[in-house]
Amino acid sequence: MEQIGFLPPRAAVLSRRREIVADLADLLPEGCLVHEPRELVPFETDAFVSYRRVPLAVALPETTAQVAAVMKYCHRYAIPVVPRGAGTSLSGGAIPQEDAVVLGLSKMSRILDVDYANRSATVQAGVTNLAISDAVSADGYFYAPDPSSQLACTIGGNIGMNSGGAHCLKYGVTTNNLLGVKLVLVDGTVVELGGKALDAPGLDLLGLVCGSEGQLGIVTEATVRLIAKPEGARPVLFGFDSSEEAGACVADIIAAGIIPVAIEFMDRPAITICEAFAGAGYPSDVEALLIVEVEGSEAEMDDMLHAIIDIARRHGVKVVKESQSATQAALIWKGRKSAFGATGRIADYICMDGTVPLSQLPNVLRGTAEIVERHGLRVANVFHAGDGNMHPLILFNANDPEDAARAEEAGNEILKLCVDAGGCLTGEHGVGIEKRDLMRHQYAEADLAQQMAVRAAFDPQWILNPSKVFPLEGRPAA
Amino acid sequence: MSVIHDPLSEDAAARIVLSAAAAGSPLQIRGGGTRTLAQAGGRDILSSANLSGIVAYNPAEMTMTAKAGTPLEDITAALARHRQMLAFEPLDLRPALGTGGIPTIGGVFATNASGPRRFVAGAARDSLLGVRFVNGAGGIVKAGGRVMKNVTGLDLSKLLAGSRGTLAFLTEVTFRLLPVPEDAATIVVSGLNDAEAAAAMATAMSMTVEVSGAAHLPESVRGRILGGRLPDGAATVLRLEGLAASVSARAGKLSSVMAPFGAVSMLDAGATAQLWREIRDVQPYADGTARPLWRVSVAPTVGHQLVAALRLETGVDAYYDWQGGLVWLRMEADPEAELVRRYIKALGGGHATLLRASAAAMAATPVLQPQAEAIEALTARIKEKFDPAGLFPAGR
Repeated sequence: MEQIGFLPPRAAVLSRRREIVADLADLLPEGCLVHEPRELVPFETDAFVSYRRVPLAVALPETTAQVAAVMKYCHRYAIPVVPRGAGTSLSGGAIPQEDAVVLGLSKMSRILDVDYANRSATVQAGVTNLAISDAVSADGYFYAPDPSSQLACTIGGNIGMNSGGAHCLKYGVTTNNLLGVKLVLVDGTVVELGGKALDAPGLDLLGLVCGSEGQLGIVTEATVRLIAKPEGARPVLFGFDSSEEAGACVADIIAAGIIPVAIEFMDRPAITICEAFAGAGYPSDVEALLIVEVEGSEAEMDDMLHAIIDIARRHGVKVVKESQSATQAALIWKGRKSAFGATGRIADYICMDGTVPLSQLPNVLRGTAEIVERHGLRVANVFHAGDGNMHPLILFNANDPEDAARAEEAGNEILKLCVDAGGCLTGEHGVGIEKRDLMRHQYAEADLAQQMAVRAAFDPQWILNPSKVFPLEGRPAA
Repeated sequence: MSVIHDPLSEDAAARIVLSAAAAGSPLQIRGGGTRTLAQAGGRDILSSANLSGIVAYNPAEMTMTAKAGTPLEDITAALARHRQMLAFEPLDLRPALGTGGIPTIGGVFATNASGPRRFVAGAARDSLLGVRFVNGAGGIVKAGGRVMKNVTGLDLSKLLAGSRGTLAFLTEVTFRLLPVPEDAATIVVSGLNDAEAAAAMATAMSMTVEVSGAAHLPESVRGRILGGRLPDGAATVLRLEGLAASVSARAGKLSSVMAPFGAVSMLDAGATAQLWREIRDVQPYADGTARPLWRVSVAPTVGHQLVAALRLETGVDAYYDWQGGLVWLRMEADPEAELVRRYIKALGGGHATLLRASAAAMAATPVLQPQAEAIEALTARIKEKFDPAGLFPAGR
């Protein structure tokens, strides 16, 4: 297994390092530029830790104007720029390269405007996902997309990756909850896309920018949708003797016209890992667990759960466990949301993110097990079953290069399996560098060429996060 | 005399585009031909009429793939058999525009045509999962896919949604579906002025009752809806949908909170369906005239301020959807484009599209909202990447 490649550093940039640092220092306030080798180390990777590159410098601007100044400068001298939120990307979206300036938005962390009458909040890009909901919670509102890393990850990063989360089944992902952005283009021009009015005129540039992985510009502010918090929410655990039964149950819930807020799936290894970590009260003697959450008034939740439990019984559910209190509900979610962290305590892992049509869930689960076994590894499955977004965690030992290579190989095979089943490489984590070289498995040459052409309309020199998303070979000449 | 090309396959469409490119003869893309904006203006027409049919529909996955020229009617009929629907309630502008034609699913997405539920359930673009298209270089391209969550590469589907035939010829679309709600009801609050209605709607949206439609029909409009059956006075209407027991519980809750605003009454599921269809399709202004009709999108609390400001300067009639954020404006005489857009800007921004006016006024008015220079430049560069020879029209 070959290591994933990065673009070779631009010699013209490396040779001017000292000068570039001095120039950037002039553009930024004191304390907003990191360039000492020792201080650059924390920026060398993100949550895809198998790859590391120390950047040339890290700019931490405090205003959109400073972001624009840095972009204008880097554009003039063709210096690569890698945007960074909290560095929680699981696909290497924020991993820098030796000739790049990291543009970190962490200092831009203010909530600028909360407007309940228009159900919107305008925030700087470095605000964490959870901080938005925290700021409006007392008034009965929340921001819906909830990636597991929501305590740390920023809204700017969420927009970069079009992040999802467990509750997207009902409320949609970032793009469905994003009303507008302030975007700094590659040459430092600042534009506003969208706003509090729905459906901006012209082409849907907002929709294009969301999920573009920092390839089209730097988002410095965002206007997001706020939603009135439901009266109540109740997760219920369903334990099954097989993944197939659990998968079929999910399909039937959806087919019955019931859309819960979330349907999460865990297999036995995942249950064991999460239970040991969180003590969430997950049953220990089942092969598959569904966490189904409904919301509304007590009566509405009772109604919906009644219908869901009926369906589950038809699929031979073994354990049904309703949460009896808010504390218990929180514990159930704590178990699920700490799945990645809890897994990290027992082994190194890589987390896949393929999405498949619901009818393919059982097949793909079976195929995943076969692939992992063939490579002599273990897998824990925990994922958003309602929308077919799978997260097999492949466990391996990072200190053993052969083991690591096998894990990467198995991961690639699983993603190809997802694509072949009618799905896609990534449902919510992004392509980053991790899945970049698999893009040709999902897209034909003409499809990729169209995407790259559009990318080039924004950044003809390919300086924005240049080693990501698109295979390094076959790119249009700058 | 313009030629109409109606290819039987995607490959044939690509060949037509290639030869048009070679001949340097521009093309007007046409779906069902329901919009005045899609009139050819002397160009040859590339029509999706023969690219018709549902390609894949698995109700349990809540997704459908259909060829772009499939009549919307065929899609909704197939969905109805499985009690499913399009979440975004595509609107039908034919009655208001006085046009004919048959709405197609490709046209729906190419115009991002979205109705009352849009302000809570998203627009057409939010339901669109994937597309296939022929670009201006004759290349056949697919973007997105058929799964609910997909962040693999750039989301070109979003770009195609609402692109009005300026970028590429859509050949196939894949979109997500929702179950049809078991029951629906509408709470009517009577007698509110526009500003009071905005406050009432904002209050309703702050509640946890999941309002899925919020419109205000001033007294001048009320009589032209539901055959005049709404109670006297302006009508502020709030739709609730879901399981029957839940709808009635929420209706009770909402009614009691709305009571201090004005007299409250309720419409059953049948009247609710008709009411929101008429609001969606701009029934009040389907008046057989060519009086200028604007579709204005602003922040919800701004809609009534805009209309109040315009009333001081010109003859205007209006009603509101999307909690006040979608304003249907009918002018008495002149479109007053400069005035409308100046006030929109002054009130915090948004946009106005002129959908109807006399032929002379349509020709003399920038019907689409002009945008910031940097965005216009970016748009032109993107268009060039889809349509390097400029075969498809830019702008309108």
